[in-house]
Amino acid sequence: MVEARSGAGWIPHLILILGVVIFAFPIYVALMGSTHDAGTIGRGRMPLYPGPHLADNYEQAWVQGSGQRVKAAPVAIMMLNSLVMALVITAGKISISILSGYAVVFFSFPLRMFFFWMIFITLMLPVEVRIIPTFKVVSDLGMINTFSGLTVPLIASATATLLFRQFFLTIPGELVEAAKIDGAGPLRFFKEILVPLSRTNIAALFVILFIYGWNQYLWPLLITTSGRMDTIVIGITKMIGTGDAQTDWNLIMATTMLAMLPPVAIIVLMQRWFVKGLVETEK
Amino acid sequence: MGRRVIFDNKLLPYVLVAPQIAITLIFFFWPAGQAVYQSFLLQDPFGLRQRFVWFDNFRVLVTDPLYLDSAVRTLVFSTSVTALSMGSALLFAVMADRRIRAATAYKTLMIWPYAVAPAVAAALWLFIFHPSIGLLGYALQKAGLAWDYKINGGQAMLLVIVAASWKQVSYNFLFFLAGLQSIQKAVIEAAAIDGAGPGRRFWSIVFPLLSPTTFFLLVVNVVYAFFDTFGVIHALTGGGPGKATETLIYKVYVDGVINLDLGGSSAQSVILMLFVIGVTAIQFRYIERRVHY
Repeated sequence: MVEARSGAGWIPHLILILGVVIFAFPIYVALMGSTHDAGTIGRGRMPLYPGPHLADNYEQAWVQGSGQRVKAAPVAIMMLNSLVMALVITAGKISISILSGYAVVFFSFPLRMFFFWMIFITLMLPVEVRIIPTFKVVSDLGMINTFSGLTVPLIASATATLLFRQFFLTIPGELVEAAKIDGAGPLRFFKEILVPLSRTNIAALFVILFIYGWNQYLWPLLITTSGRMDTIVIGITKMIGTGDAQTDWNLIMATTMLAMLPPVAIIVLMQRWFVKGLVETEK
Repeated sequence: MGRRVIFDNKLLPYVLVAPQIAITLIFFFWPAGQAVYQSFLLQDPFGLRQRFVWFDNFRVLVTDPLYLDSAVRTLVFSTSVTALSMGSALLFAVMADRRIRAATAYKTLMIWPYAVAPAVAAALWLFIFHPSIGLLGYALQKAGLAWDYKINGGQAMLLVIVAASWKQVSYNFLFFLAGLQSIQKAVIEAAAIDGAGPGRRFWSIVFPLLSPTTFFLLVVNVVYAFFDTFGVIHALTGGGPGKATETLIYKVYVDGVINLDLGGSSAQSVILMLFVIGVTAIQFRYIERRVHY
């Protein structure tokens, strides 16, 4: 080992621990903020140790959402909205991509390359650059303030299709041949061989896409106008409003902690698939 | 692409690609086409009539000082975010790479900010740097600094940069660490035997070998800073104070959704689309070249 000879072995650890502390610091402050009452925070001298209001704050945020100066839907409802949005986007992207990936790899048909390039090109058009016209299409279809309006436009995914295509190309032809000899049709092959083989790819995509869906911002901001449809991320911005000093910061911080919980938990618990998903979708 | 062993079904493949193609057509190509079409039209103030004006919207844009200001601001913002998040990620990755056994633990402790939504990151940093209730904002005030990001444009920009970078470090860290771990240790040991110190080893061997990862991350980070940071800006400063944090993507939103200037906003969208297409094309050309090595 080269490093063993360079005496100052503790420096890397010091820098890394410093980094971890910088990363965690905002979360710690938010966590402490969610345990005090609005008055303590409003005076500008919030202590860095836990206060006595943890349970009250989380309960109020979860059940009511609103406080004295903050108006919002209950966090329970906003979390549910976010969950539905994230899961529909994730499931939708994975299912339409696995189907189209299957079609372009295992079949030969006119227009195959045309379709492939059509999907591929969408990589270059993130929703942010075409917001207004996309909004108009969705509004013409009467999908404003609906879950389908919130999710369907975000479901098309070039990355997932490319990932499945890449993986399918590595499946040996003998396997397909054997399945055909055993009398399996294309649908049977898909259902009983291809999908089970794609399990780890699906798990990896699930982590990446769930976070993508949960963290959507601009699109829900445009599509939802009623408070009951707000996702949790939008809800936090609405609660902050103009960011006055005298507002229910305790509730806002409790909501912030709750909003981070599902995606962070998924990344930490499914770390292996997360890293795989990140690396493979970015190839 | 394609393979030798295939199924010979005539109709089925079309059914399989249909959902993807339908969504792509309706929500990608149709709106993108609309954006291009709209960018050549000028609407009257009541939105009743529109006129075909060729490249007028674009001409107005590129001579509009507000647009050019926003472009410069975006440049400053994305350069700072990219430099800050990639620089610190590289430092952490190099440190973690030296401690193989602890690297996994540090990885877990470093990756989770990736999961935090941009707008939530904004809420966290706002709570710390709020001039009257924020822990550090209040401390800065006490120390005699006139810290108030709601009045001072430079401070607002700084805060937006910090919040946006904080979230992106973990992504860069993962890729840098993977890149570092794929470098053969024998090369580095050989250099050490030849008498190269740690600094020299890093700059003459590790850094050049890492360049594909660095280039890839450069593209990803610029795209992130351009588009994905909308939530940070919207939640933290709303583009203000004045227009101090109004980046190009934020301006598309303000002009299109709030000021309802469809032609102008569409022209801006088209310019951004061309930018993304350009960046993606460069990336693919580069990756292809790398394959030929």
